[in-house]
Amino acid sequence: MTITDAPKILTARLDRYADAHTIARYEETGGYQALRKALTTLSPGDVADEVKAASLLGRGGAGFPAGVKWGFCPPGVWPRYLVVNGDESEPGTYKDRLLMERDPHQLIEGVLLASYAIGAAQAFLYIRGEMPLAHERVAQALNDAYAKGYIGRNIMGTPFSVDVVLSWGAGAYIVGEETALIESLEGNRGMPRLKPPFFPAAKGLYLQPTVVNNVETLSNVPWIVSNGAAKFTELGADTSKGTRMFAVSGHVKNPGVFEVEYGVTTFRDVIMAPVYAAGVRGDRKLKAFIPGGASSPWLYEEHLDLPLEKVIVDKAGSMLGSGAIVVMDETTDMVKACLSVVSFFAHESCGKCTPCREGTTWLRQILERILAGYGRPSDIDLLMDVSDNISPGLVWPPKQTTICPLGPSATAPTASAIRRFRHEFEAHIDRGMRARGEQPPPAQAVAEPAFAGRDHGGLE
Amino acid sequence: MARLTTENVGVAKEIISRYPRPKSALIPLLHLSQEQDGYVTEEGMQHIAELVGVTPAEVLGTCSFYEMFKLEPVGRYVVNICNNVSCMLCGSDELIHHAEQRLGIKVGNTTPDGTFTLESVECIAACTEAPALQVNYRFFNKVSTDGFDGLIDDLAAGRLDDDVPAHGTLARVRQHIPDDRRAGSIPPEGQTEPAWMHLNEPPASADGGEPS
Amino acid sequence: MSDVAVTINGQEIVANKGELVIDAAERHGVYIPRFCYHPRMKPVGMCRMCLVEIDTGRGPALQPSCMIECTPEMKVDTQSPVTKKAQDGVLEFLLINHPLDCPVCDKGGECPLQDQTLTYGPGESRFVEEKRHHEKPIPISDLVLLDRERCILCDRCTRFASEVAGDPLISFLHRGNETEVNTFPDDPFASYFSGNTVQICPVGALTALPYRFKARPWDLEATESTCQGCSVGCRIAIQESRNEVLRYLGVDADPVNWGWLCDKGRFGFEAVGAGNRLRDPLVRRGDQFSVVRWSDALHATATAITAALGSTGPSGIAVIGGARLTNEDAYAWSKLAKGLIGTDNVDCQLGDGLPASAVLGLPKATIDELCAPGATVILLGPDIKEELPVLFLRLKHAVQNDGVKVIEVSSMPTGFTKYASVSIRHRAAEANEAVRALLDGIPAGKDGGGADARVLDAARALVTSGAPLTVLLGRTSLSEQPDAVVDAAAALVDRVPGVKFLSGLRRANVHGALDMGLAPGLLPGRTTLAAAGGWFGRVWPQVPTQTGLDTTGILQAAAAGHVDVLILLGADPLADFPDRTLAEQGLAGARTVIALDTFLNESAQQADVVLAAAGFGECEGTTTNIEGRVSVLNQKVTPPGSARTDWIIAAELARILGSDLQLESVDDIRDEIEELSAAHRGLTVDVLAKMAYGDGVVVPLPSEPAPGADGDGDADGVGSEASDEAGDEASDEAGEPETVGADLERPGPAPIELERTDALEAPPIDAYSYRLVTGRRLYDQGTLVSQAGHLAGLAPGTVLRINPYDFDRLGVAEGTTLPLRSPRGLVEIEVHTDREVPRGTAVMFFNQPGADAARLIDATARVTEVRLETGGPS
Ligand SMILES: Cc1cc2nc3c(=O)[nH]c(=O)nc-3n(C[C@H](O)[C@H](O)[C@H](O)COP(=O)(O)O)c2cc1C
Ligand code: SF4
Ligand code: FES
Repeated sequence: MTITDAPKILTARLDRYADAHTIARYEETGGYQALRKALTTLSPGDVADEVKAASLLGRGGAGFPAGVKWGFCPPGVWPRYLVVNGDESEPGTYKDRLLMERDPHQLIEGVLLASYAIGAAQAFLYIRGEMPLAHERVAQALNDAYAKGYIGRNIMGTPFSVDVVLSWGAGAYIVGEETALIESLEGNRGMPRLKPPFFPAAKGLYLQPTVVNNVETLSNVPWIVSNGAAKFTELGADTSKGTRMFAVSGHVKNPGVFEVEYGVTTFRDVIMAPVYAAGVRGDRKLKAFIPGGASSPWLYEEHLDLPLEKVIVDKAGSMLGSGAIVVMDETTDMVKACLSVVSFFAHESCGKCTPCREGTTWLRQILERILAGYGRPSDIDLLMDVSDNISPGLVWPPKQTTICPLGPSATAPTASAIRRFRHEFEAHIDRGMRARGEQPPPAQAVAEPAFAGRDHGGLE
Repeated sequence: MARLTTENVGVAKEIISRYPRPKSALIPLLHLSQEQDGYVTEEGMQHIAELVGVTPAEVLGTCSFYEMFKLEPVGRYVVNICNNVSCMLCGSDELIHHAEQRLGIKVGNTTPDGTFTLESVECIAACTEAPALQVNYRFFNKVSTDGFDGLIDDLAAGRLDDDVPAHGTLARVRQHIPDDRRAGSIPPEGQTEPAWMHLNEPPASADGGEPS
Repeated sequence: MSDVAVTINGQEIVANKGELVIDAAERHGVYIPRFCYHPRMKPVGMCRMCLVEIDTGRGPALQPSCMIECTPEMKVDTQSPVTKKAQDGVLEFLLINHPLDCPVCDKGGECPLQDQTLTYGPGESRFVEEKRHHEKPIPISDLVLLDRERCILCDRCTRFASEVAGDPLISFLHRGNETEVNTFPDDPFASYFSGNTVQICPVGALTALPYRFKARPWDLEATESTCQGCSVGCRIAIQESRNEVLRYLGVDADPVNWGWLCDKGRFGFEAVGAGNRLRDPLVRRGDQFSVVRWSDALHATATAITAALGSTGPSGIAVIGGARLTNEDAYAWSKLAKGLIGTDNVDCQLGDGLPASAVLGLPKATIDELCAPGATVILLGPDIKEELPVLFLRLKHAVQNDGVKVIEVSSMPTGFTKYASVSIRHRAAEANEAVRALLDGIPAGKDGGGADARVLDAARALVTSGAPLTVLLGRTSLSEQPDAVVDAAAALVDRVPGVKFLSGLRRANVHGALDMGLAPGLLPGRTTLAAAGGWFGRVWPQVPTQTGLDTTGILQAAAAGHVDVLILLGADPLADFPDRTLAEQGLAGARTVIALDTFLNESAQQADVVLAAAGFGECEGTTTNIEGRVSVLNQKVTPPGSARTDWIIAAELARILGSDLQLESVDDIRDEIEELSAAHRGLTVDVLAKMAYGDGVVVPLPSEPAPGADGDGDADGVGSEASDEAGDEASDEAGEPETVGADLERPGPAPIELERTDALEAPPIDAYSYRLVTGRRLYDQGTLVSQAGHLAGLAPGTVLRINPYDFDRLGVAEGTTLPLRSPRGLVEIEVHTDREVPRGTAVMFFNQPGADAARLIDATARVTEVRLETGGPS
């Protein structure tokens, strides 16, 4: 076990105070001091350098270093915009909502520091529609911060001027994808744009340079500016620095959102340790777990000792994604679990790409049929081939015939479940055939359970 | 009702003013319209189209993409039970089944008295509180079947009116940017470097920088 | 254009910088399947059919070739197993929800999805689930039906609607697997350009009512031609089956229409085959017409002409019309009227155009020049969305994509207002005041025609920015004289060096007719009686010496009893001349009226002899568009009954008159035009033969043609090495030296020059009158629209729009119907407010059902003044 006593960067305040969301509490606990420090002693470039030095990986899913991303804005092209991704909707994920509801000023200060650093003319804070409390808390925080001169024109008496505009979604998972988010902010249907040419840093909101960052990512920034990058990089391991929030849900005794030291703590720690999720419900056997949100391929028992470190988990054939760990115990019907995740993607496909629009629904229909007892023996290969036509080779990291990774994400559960639990699919099909008086094909020798890292093709 | 009220037109105009392009205000304005009428009406969309300078078809194109916008009337309380993987693992199927029994309607429908609409929805970011549900997007965590019955009773009796406003009302706190603090929305055409980009930079060094 | 070396399937090719992989591959013979990509629209990369493996140095990856630009050393593999698998997969996905109703689908036989499936598709479907269901075809407009089950969601129609047409009235609705295309409820896709979506739909989801179930593609025969719906000159393919025209398709002529058509042009084909076409000549017997033999009809005509010559002389004979004719027809009639009969009372315009010298005597621009990146444009003419719709599309594209800035000078808002940088609103009949104030500032004691000084300043900044300036010049209103516009043009040509003009006259071949001399004072080749009388006298029996009357003058003369024979050459003054009162008096006053037409229209019904003419698609010839671009009209069907081509009628009439035009064939006419018209030098029969399929050429051809220039003087690209394979169109060759060049230096008569109007003062108006502004709508009660079944009901009618300030003084409710009176007559009309209409101005539309503007207009007044009668004690 590698449970460390790393300081809590993001949740210390909200852990301690019920009123952490108020401006009074925020100011009293050092709030807006990082901003003051930046505006009085640091140039925008200094702030950007500090964040870069902290190698703060994005917490939205892709894990791209924030400081590097900020540097991608083409020089001399103005205006630039900052977009804050608060659309949190990846199944299993619950942490941005917590940060917005419980410590909105921390986020706002991060937004201001980022705006200062990149020279954003305006910042847009896009909050998922189904989170009215977060919305209310952030709105109140913004109003208070405006009143106190922290936002708006000539902040703290300096030339730094920026409006932070609260915007809200209306129920569409895909809008969490950054280019779809930008479309949505332009008032359009949330359909992703192709990258290239539409990399937000170059051609984002209104085709201007735009930085899109996740709520958790930006919530780290005040701490980094206050304490320095060096303190931040003291925490964590390898490429993964600082701390990170993980939501552990599913078949565990103590589901919760835990801020742990990044890169050091292991899956076993957060799933099994009494201070965290406290083990599998009813002390049953763990069958599989989703390590980084519904989009990530499943991992198993043998992966429990992997540290929560980006590169290591990538190499194991999955990802830490949005920090959402979903535990499935031995009682889980894997076909049903697979259907649950596939249905999500089918329902949330924006409909732009043919393979995703048609393919994800087709996968869902086949799985439903199998579960309803109308499966055919050929359906398992069909599921794999349809998946292959959405994500060629079913390798990791995924290849795609689509614009964005949503379509391929739907193949992660299918490929994971079929590769490891093919017999469960067969069992459903057999049962259905027998019920209809048909003769199922002879049972095949059960293949060795495949190790995901190898089986996913390991295209590192 | 259906077009925005005069008061709401004022709110709408303020919202529009925050964005570099009027169309960007579409989703917030659709929420405003839904807040006013409980769902988004055709007249509401037409009015919004006028306000932001697009066609009604464009408004509908955007509106119908998003799950939260209801194009038909719904109940006063929209009960959304999460069916996604974490909640599914923790028994949301049974909860949904129970809810259908209790309310006497299938998922996707509204009780005849117009009080409840039942929906089964995708992940609502409450996975650690499974099974979770929302009533008009207000969260209720770890809901047991008994808990569900109690909740429905409370809602029907109006005991939760303070916590759960009627469907459509999203946030009861609105952002307000005071005029004297407003930095202003910057349209993409406004091509200038922000004034602060060289704030706190060390004075240009002797061996290269221009005297300022 | 710099070149980029790219490898496609192992073959090195040279792509243009910025060229998309899908285009570069196609240019080099490698066709990559596609559904959403359309070369005239921005790529969206969403159907995923064009996925190919592209290696930019980091290993091959599947990429949509419609979104990826060629970069140096890129390697593209369109045949690799990975590519194949991906494309097969996409095709299967597209088919799982697509109905298998090819046998009853309009698109069957010309459907890319069907073709792809037959070539590459899976033999048997693995999809056993239920297909997506939608209500069967739903009308999304008066002309277009949508079958959502067939739709493959390629975004072509929706992109076209918003990006090209600017009418985003159809949109994707819902999302994911439930995505569909639709309109807002009860808000149809009422776009002038809706038919294009039918043409670009890659499957049979969108169908056109006028064509539905009419034919199967394999039964159709096609030829290329030029649309005669207006004067833009869009290239089309005429498709016919069993001697019936069934459909027009837009052809992508790069300098003109880019493949687009307006709905009036596209669906106007129904008029060609209309059941009530004139089939045979008619002669009046009392109140009745009798069908007669051609010789009888022609003899009756000749007798009237001979009698007129004997009594009044040539000036007793007048010809109105000619803009429906081909160039060759127009030449024959010009030669007959002017060279044989000797009258100069000839006018192809119907009092709704500009003096010929303003059309022909100013430096001319092409559409490409109007739309050149970075250029400035002044719109000083009609609403181009209503009258020259595809020109509207081109200019709109230029504004939105190429930085073109438009200054609109008009007394009413137009379809272009929202794309204009500056809209100068001036009082009716004072466009010249506004333009002069634009150039020089508002002179003391004047007010710039009522235009806003700040708006004028903004316009001046654009005009003086140094960007090339082009003026679209046409008639801004039918209820005022063209003098103000001509004066404004004079000011512009005097003051702005290098300014060029594009004509905004709308009648199909009015420019060809003018080029052939069908206007008072003119001879073929854009020259005058004075300058070219001698030149033509060598070949023509005679040439008039006195400049004759225009249409207004002819009708006035006829009304006064001075016209013995009035020949209507495809003209219907009663319906089409702005001043109905004058037209009625003229027709009544003319002793004999001869009408050559395709329909027995209102004016023809008043005629003594009606000669049934062949119509569009029924004869060979050429036509000339707004740019002066000559293109070939091919024959596809035979005329109804015994109807004859106009030039043949002219030739036979000449023979009966005892003379000979010496024109035995269309080629004879072409030879003679080439010989006599300085503007048509080099446009020989050979050259025209090669142009039968192609974009046409702008005349006059450049005297020193750039190598391979395509005729409009712009040598860009065509003929350079890169286009060796691409230069497949005859038009490209037309300008090549060996074909033409040689003769171009022949001397010819001096070209026509702009005739300036005298100093103009608009008449004062009293506080209770309005100056009437009369515009046209695309759909009106004209022949083409009313005879094309599906367009017939689309004329929207008209209301009267006035400034709210003026309206308030009326003391009535918005939408009240009031009597509107002019010195000519009275109509009842609904009155509405429009902030964009200047004070003292009233706007209505011409030739609409209901209130008839022609009953009000006085064609002899500088501007028609009208009053609203509010019914108080008068
Ligand atoms: C289908 C899809 C859904 C996504 N949803 C979210 C989301 O809900 N929240 C989020 O922050 N990022 C989400 N992302 C990642 C964003 O595209 C983007 O990478 C992120 O917001 C960048 O912020 P970061 O660099 O701070 O992580 C999603 C990506 C995809 C492909
Ligand atoms: S992959 Fe799916 S969600 Fe992503 S852009 Fe394509 S259709 Fe939309
Ligand atoms: S043609 Fe390229 S994605 Fe459709």
